[in-house]
Amino acid sequence: MSTPVESDEPTRRDFIHIASGTAVVAGAGFLAWPLIDQMNPSADTLSLATIEFDVSSLEEGAQVVAKWRGKPVFIRYRTAAEIEEARSLDVNVLKDKQTDSERLVPGPDGKLKPQYLVAIGICTHLGCVPLFDPKDTKGGEYGGWFCPCHGSHYDNSGRIRKGPAPTNLEVPPYWYMSDTVIQIGKEASV
Amino acid sequence: MSGQSNYNPKTGIEKWLDARLPIIRLGVDTMIFPSPRNLNYWWTFGAILAVMLVSQLITGIILAMHYVPHPDMAFDSVQHINRNINWGWMLQPMHAVGASMMFLAVYIHMFRGIYYGSAKNPREMIWIVGMVIYLLMMATGFMGYVLPWGQMSIWGAIVITNLFSAIPPEAAGTAVTQWLWGGFAVDGPTLNRFFSLHYLLPFLIVGMVILHIWALHIPSNNNPTGISIKTKADTLNFHPYYTVKDAFAIVVFLMIFSYFLFFKPDSMGHPDNFIPANPYSTPAHIVPEWYYLPFYAILRAVPDKLMGVVAMFASIGVLFALPWLDTSKVRSMRYRPLAKQFFFLFVLVCLGLGWAGAKLPSDLVFVTGVDADGHEVGLTFVWMSRILTIYYFAFFLVILPILGLVEKPKPRPASIEASVLGTDKGDN
Ligand code: HEM
Ligand code: FES
Repeated sequence: MSTPVESDEPTRRDFIHIASGTAVVAGAGFLAWPLIDQMNPSADTLSLATIEFDVSSLEEGAQVVAKWRGKPVFIRYRTAAEIEEARSLDVNVLKDKQTDSERLVPGPDGKLKPQYLVAIGICTHLGCVPLFDPKDTKGGEYGGWFCPCHGSHYDNSGRIRKGPAPTNLEVPPYWYMSDTVIQIGKEASV
Repeated sequence: MSGQSNYNPKTGIEKWLDARLPIIRLGVDTMIFPSPRNLNYWWTFGAILAVMLVSQLITGIILAMHYVPHPDMAFDSVQHINRNINWGWMLQPMHAVGASMMFLAVYIHMFRGIYYGSAKNPREMIWIVGMVIYLLMMATGFMGYVLPWGQMSIWGAIVITNLFSAIPPEAAGTAVTQWLWGGFAVDGPTLNRFFSLHYLLPFLIVGMVILHIWALHIPSNNNPTGISIKTKADTLNFHPYYTVKDAFAIVVFLMIFSYFLFFKPDSMGHPDNFIPANPYSTPAHIVPEWYYLPFYAILRAVPDKLMGVVAMFASIGVLFALPWLDTSKVRSMRYRPLAKQFFFLFVLVCLGLGWAGAKLPSDLVFVTGVDADGHEVGLTFVWMSRILTIYYFAFFLVILPILGLVEKPKPRPASIEASVLGTDKGDN
C-alpha cells in the first residue's frame, strides 16, 4: 500500500467529520430547546389572559386593584384637580417622558376618559406593589403612588418622578368594550 | 498527598477488594495525609461545614416528605410540620437555623482564606471551587427561603427575580423573567420549580465539596505562617491529630447551634414570614436573610437599576479573582503589617454593609441637625452604603494589588517547625 500523499485539500474524511459534528450540535440544540421551553408560561397560564371590569362601580378619588395574569392592576378614578395636575406637568422634567393623554385610551366615542387611569401596579424597579392613599402621605410626594421597597414616587398618572425606578408604571393593553366596561389584556381592534 | 499511598491491605479480603475497587485505599489516603502541625481553630470550619451540609441534607429530605410545594398549601404544610409531625418542631427549625449556621461558618472560612493567603498559589483551584460552592449555597438558601411561602418568601422571590428585568426588554429581559417565573408573575409554577431546584442544588454542592477536598490534597493545607511544608518535621498526620481537633470544634459549634435551635429558633428569620404570601400587598420593609444583607446594601447603594445589579454581581465576581489580585509573595497577613490593617477594616466594612442592608435607605445612621421643616438630617444609610461599597471594591481592585508590590513584610520563621518550637526568630 502506498503512503497517503500530504495535501491541504479537504479530504472525504474531513467532510464526514464536519458534517457529523454539525449534525450533533444541531441535534443537541433541538433536544435542549424542549428542556428549556418547558419553563415558559404554560398554555393555561397564557389562556387566562383577559379580564373585564366595570368602571362605573368606582367612586371618585378611589382606586381598585384588579387581578390580571397574577399581577395587580390599578384602576383609579381621578378627581378633576388630579387630572389638571397631571396634564399641566411639563414632560421635560420626567425621566420617562410621556404626557398624561399618551397613557390613556379612548372610549367608544373616540374621546379620552381622563378620569380613569389604568396601570399595572408593579414598581418598575424591582417589582413591589406601590402604595396608594390620596388622603395620606403614603401615596408619595406626587399624589400618586409610593413604593416602599426602595423609595420610588409616582404621580397620579403613574409616571416615575423620584427614586430608582427607571420607567413609568406600565399601562396594560385594554380597551373600552362599552362606555363603562373595560377589557384588560386586549387592545381595541382598529 | 498525591503519589504514594499509605494503605497496605493485610487480610485476603482487603487485597481482593483493593485489586477490584480500591475504595478503602481512597478512604485511608484521604484521612492519613500530612498536614502542617500548626493549624489553629480557624482551620476547623471546613469540617464544621461538612457536618452542617450533611445535617441540611438529612433534615431537608425529611421536610420534603411532609412539605407541599403548592401556593395554597405550602405555608400551611410548614406549620403542619412544626405543629403535628412527630419531632417536626425540632426538625424544621434545625433546617432553617442550620442554613444560617452554615452561612456563619462559610463566612468565617472565607475570611480565614483571605487573611492567611490560602487562596493564592498553589491553592487557586481550591478557592475557585469554594466560590462555586458559595454561589450554589446562595442559590439554595434563596430558593429554600421561598418555600414556606410567607410574605418575605414571595417578596424576596419577586425582588430577586426582578433583578433580571434590569436587562432591557429588547435584550430579552422580559423573556428571561417570564421564563424564570413560568408565568407573568411569581406564582405556583415558580414555587414548584424552586422546590425542585432547592432539592437538586445541595447535591451539586456535595459534588463540588468532593472536588474542593481533592484539590486540597494536592498541596495540603496552608497554615497560619503561610510558609510551605519543607520537611516531615513540619507535619502531623490528619488522623488522629486533626480529626480530634475538628471533632472538638464541631461539638462547640453544635452547642451554639443548639442554643439557637432550642431557645431562639426564630431569631434569624423575619416576623413577616409568618404572614401567608400575598402577591398584591408588599410589606412596608423587605429585607433578605441576614447572610445576603451586604450584597443587598451594594445593590441599593447605586442609584441606577442596571448598574446596581451589575455592582452586586461584581461584588461576588471579584472574589473569584482574589488569588491574582493579592499580589504579595507572602501568604499570611501575620507578616504583612499594612495588609493586616486593611483586612480588619474590610471585615468591618462587610459588617457595616450588612447593617446598612437591614435598614431603610433613608434612615439615619447618626443625626447632625434639623432642617428648616424640623426634620432630622444626618448621614443616611444609603450614603453609608455608598462609602462602604467604594472601600469594598477598592480593597480588592486597588489595595491588595498595590500593597503586594510596595509593602515590606516582617521577617518570617525559617520553617513551620521552627515557628512552633520557637527555635528560630526568622531569617528574612
Ligand atoms: C446547602 C444546603 C441547604 C441549605 C443552605 C438550605 C436552606 C434552606 C432554607 C433557608 C429554608 C427555609 C426554611 C424556613 O424558613 O422555614 C429551607 C427550606 C426547605 N428545604 Fe432546604 N437547604 C439545604 C438543603 C436542602 C435539601 C438537601 C433538601 C431536600 C432534599 C431541602 C429541603 C427543604 C424543604 C422541603 C424546605 C421547606 C420546608 C421549610 O421551610 O422548613 N433543603 N432550606
Ligand atoms: S421595587 Fe419599587 S422602589 Fe424598588
